[in-house]
Amino acid sequence: MKPPLNNSLLNEERTATWYKKLRWDWTILALIIPIAVTVSLLFPDRGVRVADISRSFFLEMLYILPAVLILMGLFAVWVSKDVVIRYLGAGSGIRGLLLSMLMGALPTGPLYVAFPMGAMLIRKGARIANVMAFLSAWACIKIPQELVELQFMGWRFAATRLLLTSFAIGVMCLLAESIYKRFPQNRIKEKESLA
Amino acid sequence: MSATAVVINSLVGLALLLSLLKDRKKTLMGLKIALNASRKMLPAVLLVIVVIGLFLGFVSPLFISGILGSSSGLLGVAVSATLGSVLFIPAILAFPMGASLLESGAGIMSVAAFITTLTMVGFVFIPIEIKELGKRFTVIRNSLSFIVAIIIAILMGLIL
Repeated sequence: MKPPLNNSLLNEERTATWYKKLRWDWTILALIIPIAVTVSLLFPDRGVRVADISRSFFLEMLYILPAVLILMGLFAVWVSKDVVIRYLGAGSGIRGLLLSMLMGALPTGPLYVAFPMGAMLIRKGARIANVMAFLSAWACIKIPQELVELQFMGWRFAATRLLLTSFAIGVMCLLAESIYKRFPQNRIKEKESLA
Repeated sequence: MSATAVVINSLVGLALLLSLLKDRKKTLMGLKIALNASRKMLPAVLLVIVVIGLFLGFVSPLFISGILGSSSGLLGVAVSATLGSVLFIPAILAFPMGASLLESGAGIMSVAAFITTLTMVGFVFIPIEIKELGKRFTVIRNSLSFIVAIIIAILMGLIL
């Protein structure tokens, strides 16, 4: 897979003014780090907590993200577009939707892990509704998390929420897809962000 | 390293090994894709880490339960849903918190709204989501999830 990124970036650079060349992620990062440092110095005891939490979260991501990205890379080279389209594509119907939800509900791990996978599925031709279902199931009905909920909130709360959420996700994803299709965005930008 | 991390890493390690044995060139290509993706994701990930540190460092769980416990009715649902969207709390901490809130007299609607938005809507993760899936997808998914979470919460309040 070759990145279509360079081409569109080059084209844009020619016409863009300086502020358009700024990457938003780096910019916000550059703004927020001085803020974090200043507040931490002003409130030293809170600052220690900020540093602690950031560090432990950094380690968590360090342990999980590389593996996830490698998995995504392997998926990209081994799973053909045809397979994804057949099982999760436009014609996959209700079975595709259920399969996506099941795929999302089985694993564990934070939601940000699922984003690269969802992006990969879209690139391989999966339906938007199915990717939404995958992400939503991952977010709120993944099985390991349901077990924790059961333990603390009791079966009535957990079961009611599970049933309502599963049903709601199905409806929501179809709605999301039709909204998504009704907002044709700038094609170049879309491709760039998906590249 | 958490159990999750160990499981994920060993599974991926195994997959990588199998892939290497089967086709080295293809595997290297896959790794290259992974490397490109991580370079692209890096600033968004760092941003999320700093924001989470700031949030959790300055907003204590006690403060959150205070707000959740004191608001009730539809306003309470709105407040809890907003808090749940903005905050980031791991499920393993969120459920005990929800349980203690229920015990101390908070409404089921508020607690359900809090937990559902906490898991489904992730304001802190928006930079990563935009990087991976694009603005259009991110905005639609998060706003619909927010609405759905509120509907679920109200229904739960009516049923239970």
